[in-house]
Amino acid sequence: MTTVGATTTPLGDVTNARRLVDLVFRAREFGIVVVLAILVFATASIESRFLDLSNVQFILVDTTIFALLALGQTMVVLTRNVDLSIGSVLGLSAFLSADLFGHHQGIPIALVFLAGLGIGAGCGLANGFLTVVGRVPSLVVTLAMLYIIRGIDVLVVGGGQVVASSLPNSFIEIPKKTVVGIPVLAIVVAGVVALGAYYLRSFRSGRELYAIGSNPDAARLAGIPSGRRVFTAFLVSGAIAGIAGVLYAAKYGTIDSTAGSGYELQVIAAVVVGGVAIFGGSGSVVGAALGALLLNTILSALYVLGVSPFWNQAIAGALLLGAIALDRGISLWLAAALRKRRTHLGA
Amino acid sequence: MARERVRSLVRWEVGLVFALAAVIAFGVHSSPQFTTSFNVFYLNLSIGEIAIMALPMTLLIVTGEIDLSVASVLGMSSALVGDLYSRGWSMPLVIGTVLVVGAVAGWFNGFLVTRVGLPSLAVTIGTLTLYRGIAVIVLGPDTVSSFPEKYTNLGVTPLPHTGGYLSYSVGIFIVLAIVFGVFLHATSGGRSLFVMGANEEAARYAGIRVKRTKLVLFTVSGIVCALAGILYTFRLSTAVQDNGIGLELSVVTVVLLGGVSIFGGRGTIIGVVLAIAVFAGLQNALFLTDFEQRAMGVVTGTLLLLSVLIPNFSAFVARGREFVRRRGLRADGGEPAVQEAS
Repeated sequence: MTTVGATTTPLGDVTNARRLVDLVFRAREFGIVVVLAILVFATASIESRFLDLSNVQFILVDTTIFALLALGQTMVVLTRNVDLSIGSVLGLSAFLSADLFGHHQGIPIALVFLAGLGIGAGCGLANGFLTVVGRVPSLVVTLAMLYIIRGIDVLVVGGGQVVASSLPNSFIEIPKKTVVGIPVLAIVVAGVVALGAYYLRSFRSGRELYAIGSNPDAARLAGIPSGRRVFTAFLVSGAIAGIAGVLYAAKYGTIDSTAGSGYELQVIAAVVVGGVAIFGGSGSVVGAALGALLLNTILSALYVLGVSPFWNQAIAGALLLGAIALDRGISLWLAAALRKRRTHLGA
Repeated sequence: MARERVRSLVRWEVGLVFALAAVIAFGVHSSPQFTTSFNVFYLNLSIGEIAIMALPMTLLIVTGEIDLSVASVLGMSSALVGDLYSRGWSMPLVIGTVLVVGAVAGWFNGFLVTRVGLPSLAVTIGTLTLYRGIAVIVLGPDTVSSFPEKYTNLGVTPLPHTGGYLSYSVGIFIVLAIVFGVFLHATSGGRSLFVMGANEEAARYAGIRVKRTKLVLFTVSGIVCALAGILYTFRLSTAVQDNGIGLELSVVTVVLLGGVSIFGGRGTIIGVVLAIAVFAGLQNALFLTDFEQRAMGVVTGTLLLLSVLIPNFSAFVARGREFVRRRGLRADGGEPAVQEAS
């Protein structure tokens, strides 16, 4: 290692370092795709039913809700926060929005989605406000909100539930619509994720989320309106959970007061498996969505292979721990590599 | 500064005493049954395991860590008690094994935090899922409920010579609270936990074995939660995979309500004990007023929010005052206000 290319100017040094960082993170996402491919190939070779059109559609539709939630969660986690309340928000929104159909005959579906969005945004607002203005760790705020919102859900729902027969057909058909075999919902969500990725990559306020998560103090000193950005991240996460609730209602039809319990852990697992650092400051929305797809594919593969669904939770937990440990390893290695390069150039 | 801190701590505990008085007044007001030995015993039962698990949690939060997997360790232990016993193991052997498994579960948390260097929040969210997942694997949809009466009686009969007021679980809690209290406040090992929580780096330079201590604390947390799981199983005489699900919220709530700072470095066992009494009393009083039990999360969650918002609020006001005062002394600003470490 005596020659390091022609560009040994300070600028070239920075570019080189950035290229290495970029490469590592692209490799991280590529790694998920490879694991996904191996998983699909291996499972399909044992049990060909796995690649049946209906099963693939099922996995894709299942993933859409998680990919959406992962998008919101990514924005929050990037700022070195966490939103544990999304499962409860989803449950509350699912019940209230589906209940609208029973109370207002012929209500436009768009309006129901808007209602879900509003409910979610309201919850996100509370999370953001308490975290930013109250200066309380988001973990504590959203853990408390997880139980408060679920409790409100229980009080609202009581012992009752919404059943599929009370929902209009056009609503229940939403997750079933396909274009050339691909669920429309999956296409729409892929579009939304792409938009989110574009926003985080290319917009100033999107980049600022990374800056806040990398070093909150430095971000503040650099003049980034940290409070407002973090607040917005919680607002978006809540709003997305609200919309996901409406989709949940359309997909399952039957909603009681336990809808969406435990989703927060699966979504955090997906986000972290997808390469978003739990310490904030790095990761991508596409990675998080791929993480959600991988998690759902693994669960589906286990099901097809006849592994008891009782293993699901333990596997999700183990994957989460493995992903956190892996990221820690990568970041240590990367820091060492960058340091080595710097000292080499400096000599 | 130090004296001010002590004063604010005293205020917090005095506040808790008033809160406790208010809760008792509310309880007596809402039902004449509130002070009967039967009701107090019921209250004991409903809080016992939470109270026990709050003790190691207090020490962990004082050192600046957190263990969100406590309820899952309880659930996993409960499932194991059921499974091993139904396989024909003798009960003492089952109890011993489960305590060892709890120790391993806690050690694993501590290993990932101290040796691999991962944040305890992320680690224990992961093991919350993992340990609960193991409980699900161990028991599946099964329910084990044929435990010998000699053991289940521990869960449903009062301690002898206490007038029928105290349960075994609260008896164990009282003993453990004294042990943890003496350790935390009266030994150098316990005092060093505050140093770790206030400034980990300084603690390391002062020669405190930070990682080693935290590893031990996580392991102790695992053992204590396994013990809580065993008691929980005996109390309900049932082992199912979702035993104690969501209890981590109550545990974290009572600890923070007890005046322990979520940022570490501050807190007392007395405060936590008082908070447990307030929490249990409120829950019980609400139960007597026919409050929807499954919606208790609203109350618990609100208490948790209040207990972190109130001390922050006074700090916020203090910061503001300090800022105004300094501005008054030096008209042109001078140095910027020192940021509080978070």
